Amino acid sequence: MGIFSRSKQAQEQPNGASKGSSRREFLKTAATVGAGAAVGAPAVASAMDFDFESFMQKNFRELSDQELQAVIERLERKYSKQYDKQVDVSAIGPMDGVLYGYGLDISRCIGCRRCVYACVEENNLSRDPEIQWIRVLEFERSAALREIKLEDGNPYYDHEQVPAEGKFYIPIACQHCEDSPCSTVCPTGATWQEPDGIVVIDYNWCIGCRYCMASCPYGARHFNWGEPNLPAEDVNPDMHIIGNVPRSRGVVEKCTFCIQRVRKGRMPACHEACPVGARKFGNLLDPNSEIRYLLDHKRTFVLKAELETHPKFFYFWGTEGRS
Amino acid sequence: MHNLRVFAHFIRGSFLAVARGSNGYYIWLLALGILIAFGASAYHNQLTHGLITSHMRDQVSWGFYIGNFAFLVGVAAAAVVLVVPAYVYNWGPIRDVVLIGELLSVAAIIMCMLFVTVDLGRPEFVWHLMPIVGTPNFPHSLLTWDILVLNLYFLLNWFVVTYILFTAFKGHKYNPRIVLPIIFLSIPFAIGIHTVTAFLFMGLKTRAFWHTALLAPRFIAGAFCSGPALIFLIFRVLQKFGRMQISEAALFKIGELLAYAMALNLFFVATEVFTEFYAPTSHTIHAYFQWFGLHGDASIAVYTWAALGCNVLALIIFMVPKFRLNLLVLTAGCVLSFSGIYIEKGMGLLLPGFTPDSLGEVYVYTPSLNEVLVGIGIWAIGALLFTWMARVAIAITKGELRLQRS
Repeated sequence: MGIFSRSKQAQEQPNGASKGSSRREFLKTAATVGAGAAVGAPAVASAMDFDFESFMQKNFRELSDQELQAVIERLERKYSKQYDKQVDVSAIGPMDGVLYGYGLDISRCIGCRRCVYACVEENNLSRDPEIQWIRVLEFERSAALREIKLEDGNPYYDHEQVPAEGKFYIPIACQHCEDSPCSTVCPTGATWQEPDGIVVIDYNWCIGCRYCMASCPYGARHFNWGEPNLPAEDVNPDMHIIGNVPRSRGVVEKCTFCIQRVRKGRMPACHEACPVGARKFGNLLDPNSEIRYLLDHKRTFVLKAELETHPKFFYFWGTEGRS
Repeated sequence: MHNLRVFAHFIRGSFLAVARGSNGYYIWLLALGILIAFGASAYHNQLTHGLITSHMRDQVSWGFYIGNFAFLVGVAAAAVVLVVPAYVYNWGPIRDVVLIGELLSVAAIIMCMLFVTVDLGRPEFVWHLMPIVGTPNFPHSLLTWDILVLNLYFLLNWFVVTYILFTAFKGHKYNPRIVLPIIFLSIPFAIGIHTVTAFLFMGLKTRAFWHTALLAPRFIAGAFCSGPALIFLIFRVLQKFGRMQISEAALFKIGELLAYAMALNLFFVATEVFTEFYAPTSHTIHAYFQWFGLHGDASIAVYTWAALGCNVLALIIFMVPKFRLNLLVLTAGCVLSFSGIYIEKGMGLLLPGFTPDSLGEVYVYTPSLNEVLVGIGIWAIGALLFTWMARVAIAITKGELRLQRS
C-alpha cells in the first residue's frame, strides 16, 4: 500500500463523483463504439497488451481520493508482477510550510558524475535508450574569468581521472522554476508545480507533443523516443506516482528532486551520492536550513537569470573565487 | 426533409464524379495511392518502435513534421487572400477560381492536423486535449489556441465551400447574405491561424531565435508568397488536365500580388539579418548557424542560401513586367517562390531555433527516411483530397453534376 495523501492543489479541485463517472462512461462508450477506426491508433500501437484502464485514467489532479487509491493499487499490482518484486507506489503529498531549494557548489564539484548514475538508479530511468536527468558540463577554468557561456560547456568529456586539469564542472538538471514555462505551455495540463515547488509530470496524461521541451531553458526535459528498457533487477521498488514510476514510450520525464524521497524527509539521491559535498538541499522557508544559510551568506546565482523563470536551483562558489 | 434528400443526391453525385475519370486520372490516383501506402507503412513503423524512428532527439525535439505543419498553416491562410478581390470587390475574373483556393485551404488544414498528429508520442491520448472529456490548458497554452482557431477556420471554409457547391448543384445562385459574412469572418481567421502559429514559437522566451516580434509578420509575408504561388501552379495544372478555363487576367493578378508579398518577405529577412549581424549578441549564434553553420557543419546554411536564391529570383520575375506577363516565366517564378518559402518557413525556421540547444550543444538534425516517408504520405493524402474536391467542384460549376428534376 502506498502512503496516501494528496496535495492541497488536488484537494481544492474536487471532482463531483457524478461528473467523473458520467465522463468515464461516455468515454467507455465512445471507445467501444469506435473500436475500429476512431481509436485505431492505440489498437495499432499495441494490439497485444493495450492497457484500457490507464487509457481511461483521468488527469492526476482530477482523480478523487478513491480513484487515486484504485490507480495506486493497479500500478502496484502491475509493476510487482512485471518486475517480480514488491513495488510500493506512493502518492504522498507536500508538507505544509515547505518549499524545496537546491544549492550547488561549483568550486567543490569534481565532475565525477556519481550524481548522474545515482539519479538513474533511484528514478528508474531507461538504461537503453539511455536517459539521464542530470547533465554535467565541463568548462575551461579560464573561461569562468569572463563569463559562463553554456555553448562552451562539453557534456561528453571522458577522462581517466576527474577533475581534469584546468577544468571546472556545472551539473544541470531541472531547476524547478517558480514561473515554469513548461507547465504554462503544456496543452493538456499534464505538468504543473506542486505547492512544495516541485515541478511534476503526470506520465499518464502526457500526450508527447514535446512543447514543454521547446520551452525549457535548461534542457531538463527528456523524451522517451523509444521503448524504455529497465531491467527488473535494477528497478527501485520505492516509487512515487508523479515521480519515479516507470515511464512509457512517448512521454516526457524530468528530475523531481526525488519526490519519493524528499516528501518522506530524505535527501535526493544525487545529494546523497556526491562524494565532495557540493550539493545542498533543503527548505527555503526554514530560516535555519542549510540552503537558507548559503543564500544568506554566499554569493549565489541562477542560470539564465535574464529569462526570469526564477529557478529554485542556486549555484555558488563556496571555497574559492572565480579562478 | 426535402433538402436532406437533395443532399443525399449531392453526395452520391460527388462520389460518382470522383469514381469515374480518364486513364490519366486513374494513373494519378494510383501514384498517390502508392505514396500513401508508403507513408502508412512508415507510420506503422513509427507506432511500433516509437519516435526513435525519427532523427529528432532531446536536443532538437521538433523537426520535419512541425516544420511542414508551420508551412502548411501558411498555405491554408493564404488561399483566402484571393477571396478578398473576388467577393469583396466583386472582381469577376478571379471569382471563378476562388473556390479552388478555398478547397486548397480545407486540404491544407487537414494536412496540418495530420502533421501534428504524427508528431505526437502518444496519439491515442489526444482526447486529453479536448474540452469536457480532457483538460485543455486553455487559455495558457498557445497550442490549445492553435487547435481551436485551426478547427474554426476549417469549419468556416468547409461550410462556405459546401454551401456554394450545394446551391450550384440545385441550380440556384448562392445567397450573398449567407456567404459574405462568413467570407468576411474568414479573412481575420486566416491571419489569425498564422499569427497564433507564429505565437506558438514566439512565446518561447528561451528560444532566442523565435523570440522576436518580427516572427508573426514574417509568417504572414511568407504565407502570402507560398499560398498564392501554389494556387497559381494548381491552376496551371487544372488548365491543362482539369478542363478548367482560367482567365489570364486572374493568373497575372496572382503574379502581381506575389510581387508585393515577396518584396515584403525579403525586406523582413533583411531587417532580421541586419539586427542579428550588425549588433550581435550571444543569441546571434542561432542566426550564425542558419547562415553559416557551426562546428564545420554547414548543411543548414546550404538550404538557407538556396532559399534566399529562390526568393530573390522569384522577386525579380514578379517585379519585371516582361517576365511577369509571360505565363511560362511566371510559372517558374511560382515554383521558385513556393520552394524558397518551403525551406525558409519549414525547417529553416525550426532548426536554428533548436540549434545550439538550450545547453549549447550543436546537434545537426536531418530528417530520417521514415520521417520523410510519413511526410510524403501526408502530402499525398492532401493531394488526393484536393483532387477529389476539385473534381466535384469543376463538375458542378460546369453544370455536369446537377440535380435532375424529375
